[in-house]
Amino acid sequence: MAQNQTSPATKRISTYLMMIVLIVIALSIVSLILAANAYLIGDGLTAGFLAIIGLIAMTMSIFTLYQSRRQAVQMKIEMPKVMTTIECKKCGSKTVREYQRGDYVYKELDACPKCPDTKQIITAIYKEVKEKEKTYNV
Amino acid sequence: MSLIPGSGAITRILSLAIALPVSTNQLGGSSDWTTYLSLISYLFFIVLIFYGQRIQMYVMIREVENSLHKLKYIKEEGRKNAIDAIKEIGKPTTDPSARVDRYLEYFTISPQNMDPAGIVYKLDHILDVRDTRLKDEVKLMAPSSDEVQVNNLENTLEAAMALNFIYKVVRHYYIQGKKTLSLYVIMQIQMILPMIMKEAEAYASALKAFAYGQPIGDGAGALVAAKLMHGYELRKLPKDCVMATVQIEGRTAIIIKAEGPGGNVGKPGDAVEAVIEENEGKIANVIMIDAGLKLEGELVGEVAEGIGAAIGGPGVDQYKIEEKLTKYHIPINAVIIKEDIGDAVSPMRKEINDSVDKVIERVKAVILERTKEGDKIIIVGVGNSIGVGQ
Ligand SMILES: [Zn+2]
Repeated sequence: MAQNQTSPATKRISTYLMMIVLIVIALSIVSLILAANAYLIGDGLTAGFLAIIGLIAMTMSIFTLYQSRRQAVQMKIEMPKVMTTIECKKCGSKTVREYQRGDYVYKELDACPKCPDTKQIITAIYKEVKEKEKTYNV
Repeated sequence: MSLIPGSGAITRILSLAIALPVSTNQLGGSSDWTTYLSLISYLFFIVLIFYGQRIQMYVMIREVENSLHKLKYIKEEGRKNAIDAIKEIGKPTTDPSARVDRYLEYFTISPQNMDPAGIVYKLDHILDVRDTRLKDEVKLMAPSSDEVQVNNLENTLEAAMALNFIYKVVRHYYIQGKKTLSLYVIMQIQMILPMIMKEAEAYASALKAFAYGQPIGDGAGALVAAKLMHGYELRKLPKDCVMATVQIEGRTAIIIKAEGPGGNVGKPGDAVEAVIEENEGKIANVIMIDAGLKLEGELVGEVAEGIGAAIGGPGVDQYKIEEKLTKYHIPINAVIIKEDIGDAVSPMRKEINDSVDKVIERVKAVILERTKEGDKIIIVGVGNSIGVGQ
């Protein structure tokens, strides 16, 4: 149960979005070519304008692509490992193992290896979320 | 996806791009292909002006469609997990799939509220009938399961039911949006989609936890009660609850929780009612412990204290507790453990588990401040007791 599952359907990026992004990329390339053209002619101002427009459009479309890719990556069902803590009340020994079906908090298990007359007890069952939640400085 | 600001920016840049090739032409860099290009740019601009909203709508429909695919996948996976759990635990002689499919379509009609007097008991009755009916259904599906497993399987199936319902509602809006091609129909579902997906993922994770019998975040209150009552003599209370009488700081505390380790929230309303009546109302204070929804920005496992009956659900239990408290003028305090909806129904997070001791400290502080030595108090640990014994 610790595996990550991804659905194939969700990996697709919207084709409409893709189309728009491609058009904008094409236009930005054209703009850059025009800029080079204008520069060769000697019109520095127009060349500058065109270059800035081309670069902005290019950055924007690449950013949009990156964003939709990140969204596709997020579409996963993650199942973190669930751990069981076992304690012996007498000697205080503590062991942590992976959850097994049938475990529950305050279930009595076999006798402790060190103190044969005391039964070990499950004291906690929890999952540890490794990924730290993003904090906002507000 | 934020195409609204995106498309705005695109149009702005395009209008500049349109203006500029024209000026290059005028400045003498004229060639045929630059003219064609500026014409294409004009065309693109005009298309965006007239069909911008429509394109935006298609993008939205696509987005909903992608989420719908994911929901379908989650739903199917949930159904499969539920069937697998039934086969594994219940050892049915026949294939339970058809029965599970029927179960997933079950609905409950809430009582008519035109004349709301007495509606709580009607709702209570309907919920009782539903509970019995669903449990019987599970027993038929999984004949060799014990009481604990029946509870767990019922919870598993209810999570699958919720996923099925979410999928169907989103599908409804998606198809309606496609049929009407109305931006506003699609927008309604698209706007709340992130929250819906979060909830669906939480249910998917809950389903697994239920199938395995793992404690969930919602069981935080039950866990605190379990820790307080562990090792003491137990007594059953009406509707799947247990109680133990414990001495805390010189006060007699009656601890109540839903009976574990099966997935079960019990009826704390009935239990508290019974205990108060047994003591003829001579209760100095009632303290309720429950998992509470946190706001974004608050930490998981944070402990907060307040006044009132801290209990969720359809409201029947809260009503019953409040009725009895008012009748005998008993003060009520609440301690909650903050978590979000995803944490509440998925396996218990370490932060929540670790907050149990903090909660007990808080409860003791409340007892010391609000009651006198020798008083009798009730402490209720509210929540699903799946995976939490006593
Ligand atoms: Zn030991």
